[in-house]
Amino acid sequence: MSFELALGPLLFNWSAEDVAGFYDRMAGESLVRRVYLGEVVCGKREPLNAEVLARAADRLSAAGKEVVWSTLALLATARDRKQTHRLVEEARLVEINDVSALPVLPVGQSFTAGPLLNVYNATAAQILIDRGCDRLCANVELPLRAIAEIHRACPTLPIEVFAFGRLPLALSARCHHAHRFGLSKDTCRFVCDRDPDGQAVQTVEGAPFLSINGVQTLSHGVQCVGLAPETLWTAGIRSLRLSPHACDMSGVIAAYGRFIETEDVQRLHAQLRACDLPGPLVAGYLEGAPGMQSAGA
Amino acid sequence: MGSIELVCPAGSPAMLEAAVEAGADSVYCGLRDETNARNFPGLNFDAGELAQAVTDCHRRGAKVLVAINTFARAGDEARWRRSAETALEAGADAIIAADLAVLAHVRSLSPTARLHLSVQAAANTPEAIAFYAETFGVRRVVLPRVLSAQEIARLVGDVATEVEAFVFGGLCVMAEGRCALSSYATGQSPNLSGVCSPPEAVSFERSAAGMTSRLAGLALDQVPTGKTAGYPTLCKGRFAVDGEASYLFEEPTSLNAMGLLAELRAAGVHAVKIEGRQRGKAYVARVTRAFRSAIDALDRGESTAPYEHLLTDLAEGGREIAGAYNKRWR
Repeated sequence: MSFELALGPLLFNWSAEDVAGFYDRMAGESLVRRVYLGEVVCGKREPLNAEVLARAADRLSAAGKEVVWSTLALLATARDRKQTHRLVEEARLVEINDVSALPVLPVGQSFTAGPLLNVYNATAAQILIDRGCDRLCANVELPLRAIAEIHRACPTLPIEVFAFGRLPLALSARCHHAHRFGLSKDTCRFVCDRDPDGQAVQTVEGAPFLSINGVQTLSHGVQCVGLAPETLWTAGIRSLRLSPHACDMSGVIAAYGRFIETEDVQRLHAQLRACDLPGPLVAGYLEGAPGMQSAGA
Repeated sequence: MGSIELVCPAGSPAMLEAAVEAGADSVYCGLRDETNARNFPGLNFDAGELAQAVTDCHRRGAKVLVAINTFARAGDEARWRRSAETALEAGADAIIAADLAVLAHVRSLSPTARLHLSVQAAANTPEAIAFYAETFGVRRVVLPRVLSAQEIARLVGDVATEVEAFVFGGLCVMAEGRCALSSYATGQSPNLSGVCSPPEAVSFERSAAGMTSRLAGLALDQVPTGKTAGYPTLCKGRFAVDGEASYLFEEPTSLNAMGLLAELRAAGVHAVKIEGRQRGKAYVARVTRAFRSAIDALDRGESTAPYEHLLTDLAEGGREIAGAYNKRWR
């Protein structure tokens, strides 16, 4: 079973220096085959790191990695639309995270359907395949049986799953980060840059629950895989997406590399926990349970 | 019908009757299962009730729009297709859908059926709307509540479809149809199951401190004894960041955009929608009457001001805002 390891697009607002350093290190990660780049969360951030990402793309391609450009997930402004058009027209490989990008795709161009699109069933997948989709990253809500159904109906479509990182759960027109500081999206001063893994949110009883990242709400828990590789493979999964965090990502990559070979789920969890994660491991969604269910539960 | 179509919620046959009686131009409803996003026990229509509703409404000059607006479950698409068949057989004036699969099923059953794009498709750009219009022949789009009134005006000019905008009721803080907060905590969400913050996961706990409302055991709000704890809809809860508690995502308020009716009409909005299929017939009668009066006043060249405070006590948490229609809300 030759699973691929992919790095998802960086969801957080890191400094240009941190972004450059991160992708320099990732260029040296031989286990990572595919890297997604691009601003998915907030169009305002896109100009901040455009240059450093372009250089990272060159670095990663030179290191033999497949570089895929991801579009914004919730377009808000005319500028967002222009950015999306440009990306889709210029990039060789694209990941689409909003339906807005579909009609702008040059004819005959293939694309990855990102996890922030609503593909819940085989017909939806087939409609996108007919438009050029040649890879699907499953929506985080999908249980394994739904993924298996899509695979059964579309057997030649490689499926990727969100296998590591805080789960993207919601997007809003409102910037939660800005509002925390009495600002709004228009006057935000990019305060989201204070939280490289998102800002932890607890219940009124102090139970950690969610995290905020600009206009995005994520889980506090860190998604991981809780099922054996063979089970994933049978369901059509061919690639594991690791979402970048400010933790020991090399350790995360190595842990997943070992997991693919040894098939040892417990060991995967133990090794991930040693990587300085921003939250506890969760693995509910693939098993058809609440997303926050603890890994190994 | 006046210059702007008034679209009202019908969670039951009794509610539908109340809405039409109160002056609704159209009513929207769902079937009694997870093919619609208000899949609550005791709500919605069976096939017979739907057919009867269509007959009654047509006799009185009103339209019936059927919501099949959830995302079909993989391996069980036949259920959603059956709902589409039921709606078409009943003579529904339009089907409101969000899922690519459901739109495709409706189109394959009927090349001419009127399709409205649900807010659950979160289509807020000309490109997204054009995609659905060109691929499925969608004739109307219900806008997600993420656009300001000025942005709506621009959008109307850029699209070939009719535009429908919410003007009253519960607000989704997050982009509709793209929110997994509920399933993260409870395993159920609008997209997976047609419900958000489902009743089965809700509990209320009384203690010396007061009343704690919980979802999946998580405390979403605490109110002192004597005050009423609201229903723990996840995004309307109180949360703590760095020890400071607040209504982090949104206050538990409701949308009331009656004051923007003139602006929305000037923007070219074709229809305005009242949220609240789960709110009952007294609610829909009052809200419909108020908006009917306001639209009629507008058409006579009069102000809607006399009608604007008629509905304040119906707002969730007793507070109303214009929400995303006001850019400062972002």
